[in-house]
Amino acid sequence: MDFLNAIVALMNYVIIPASSYGAQLALGALGVTLIYGILRFSNFAHGDTMAFGSGITILLTWGLQALGVGLGQLPTALLALPFGIALTAALVLVTDRAVYRFYRKKKSAPVILVMASVGVMFIMNGITRFMIGVDEIRFDDGLRFIISAKEFKAATGLDEALALRSTQVITVVTALLVVWALFWFLNRTRTGKSMRAFSDNEDLALLSGINPEKVVAVTWILAAALATTAGTLYGLDKAFKAFNYFQLLLPIFAAAIVGGLGNPLGAIAGGFIIAFSEVAVTYDFRKVVGYLMPGDWSPDGPIQLLSTEYKFAVSFAILIIVLLFKPTGLFKGKSV
Amino acid sequence: MSFLLAENMTGGYGAADILHGCTLRVDKGQIVVIVGPNGAGKSTAMKAVFGMLNLRGGHVLLDGEDITALSPQARVAKGMGFVPQTNNVFPSMSVEENLEMGAFLRDDDFATTMEQVYHLFPILKEKRHQPAGELSGGQRQQVAVGRALMTQPKLLMLDEPTAGVSPIVMDELFDRIIEVARTGISILMVEQNARQALEIADMGYVLVQGSNRFTDTGAALMADPEVRRTFLGG
Repeated sequence: MDFLNAIVALMNYVIIPASSYGAQLALGALGVTLIYGILRFSNFAHGDTMAFGSGITILLTWGLQALGVGLGQLPTALLALPFGIALTAALVLVTDRAVYRFYRKKKSAPVILVMASVGVMFIMNGITRFMIGVDEIRFDDGLRFIISAKEFKAATGLDEALALRSTQVITVVTALLVVWALFWFLNRTRTGKSMRAFSDNEDLALLSGINPEKVVAVTWILAAALATTAGTLYGLDKAFKAFNYFQLLLPIFAAAIVGGLGNPLGAIAGGFIIAFSEVAVTYDFRKVVGYLMPGDWSPDGPIQLLSTEYKFAVSFAILIIVLLFKPTGLFKGKSV
Repeated sequence: MSFLLAENMTGGYGAADILHGCTLRVDKGQIVVIVGPNGAGKSTAMKAVFGMLNLRGGHVLLDGEDITALSPQARVAKGMGFVPQTNNVFPSMSVEENLEMGAFLRDDDFATTMEQVYHLFPILKEKRHQPAGELSGGQRQQVAVGRALMTQPKLLMLDEPTAGVSPIVMDELFDRIIEVARTGISILMVEQNARQALEIADMGYVLVQGSNRFTDTGAALMADPEVRRTFLGG
């Protein structure tokens, strides 16, 4: 019984939250990695693209709620998401036309594009705050819990409770669908293959008649879709706050680099590695250990490697270790 | 009338000219080889024909049409195929996807062309699902040639196709190139293995410092004592 309690505690506080957080990071890292593979620079504005995308989606959600349109048990935001993606895609395409295309035509060094993206980041940051403000916004409606703590306790008779929020399940399911669709697109369609070809060998892609501007445009649209989806899922799961997305930039980049920049499979693995490390390192294992130890061996103090304020240090540490010992990441991406 | 006529090409990458009035002709179904010492401008001449270099003088005619002002991509659409010396495959993509990308400009069904390429290079059919970057040097060159053949070019240009492959593989590649020429495709190639290349060449051009030094049939160049002494090592 104690063993089961330990497992349930671990599920409730580590495995379930880390899985949904990992799925959100994976989607974010996929966007970063796609931009890196095709446009060859690290897009610092990605976090704020997520913020803008989720902000727009929230406005649309409110609009739909005012009209009385909804999805019943599912959050209305899911219905607003495709429209949010379309508007975000329009914004990044305009940004590309106004900012990045100039440097691309001049064949500027990647670091110049990175600096340009920092500028874009500040502007998007401002637009998002003007649009929706700086406060914390909760916009999840519909069914709140799939398994509530009370029901779980009543059904199993365990001391430990397990709660499964619907947003956590929605996050993981949506992420799976999006990743499947992305890989299908990249591996099966002509446009997707031309993107991979462009990422592999730009000169040869040009020789083969692949239109670089089209590849770049499709990449931005995909990145906007991934950013908006990741941002909205994060907002549904926790809460929307413009500043949080700026802070997410670090774990997202860490995830993309750990997996290997430019490698989509790596971005997914990286997302989960970062999420699980962050949650596991900052979780207080006292309860779990208490259940597993015989008698009253239960520890008095917390068994926690780092306090939760240091969670960003975890991604930072992993990032530095990977850059020192395996700069191309776990899945053989491009070195930075 | 030659199928390809590149006349009096003058130009280079920067301020200094590398080509000085270089002229190349290729007839239908011919194998034409450019040889010459290092730095003679062999690859540069090839790139000039393909439009990867701005010419200050001269012009390029393909099948009688002046294509001097066209971009490389437009020249591919006109029937030119180019196999660069290095980085000539998509390493993370499978052999079959490499061939598909070669046919990117085509809207029609290219399954027959792919069958022809597999017929020409049977090893590629065997390895068609393997990433091109995992193949050996010789196999990778076959992928590169196959990719260029997918647009059904009328002129295939090869920049040192046998660079870095073993002598056995080199012989096999030359055999394949002869087979390609027999199907009516003209071939223009730069080679540093001058002897072997001139043996299969209908015409040979010896370039020195960006201009034509000797031009004759492959056999005649091989027989010319001065060419032998200066360029073929006796």
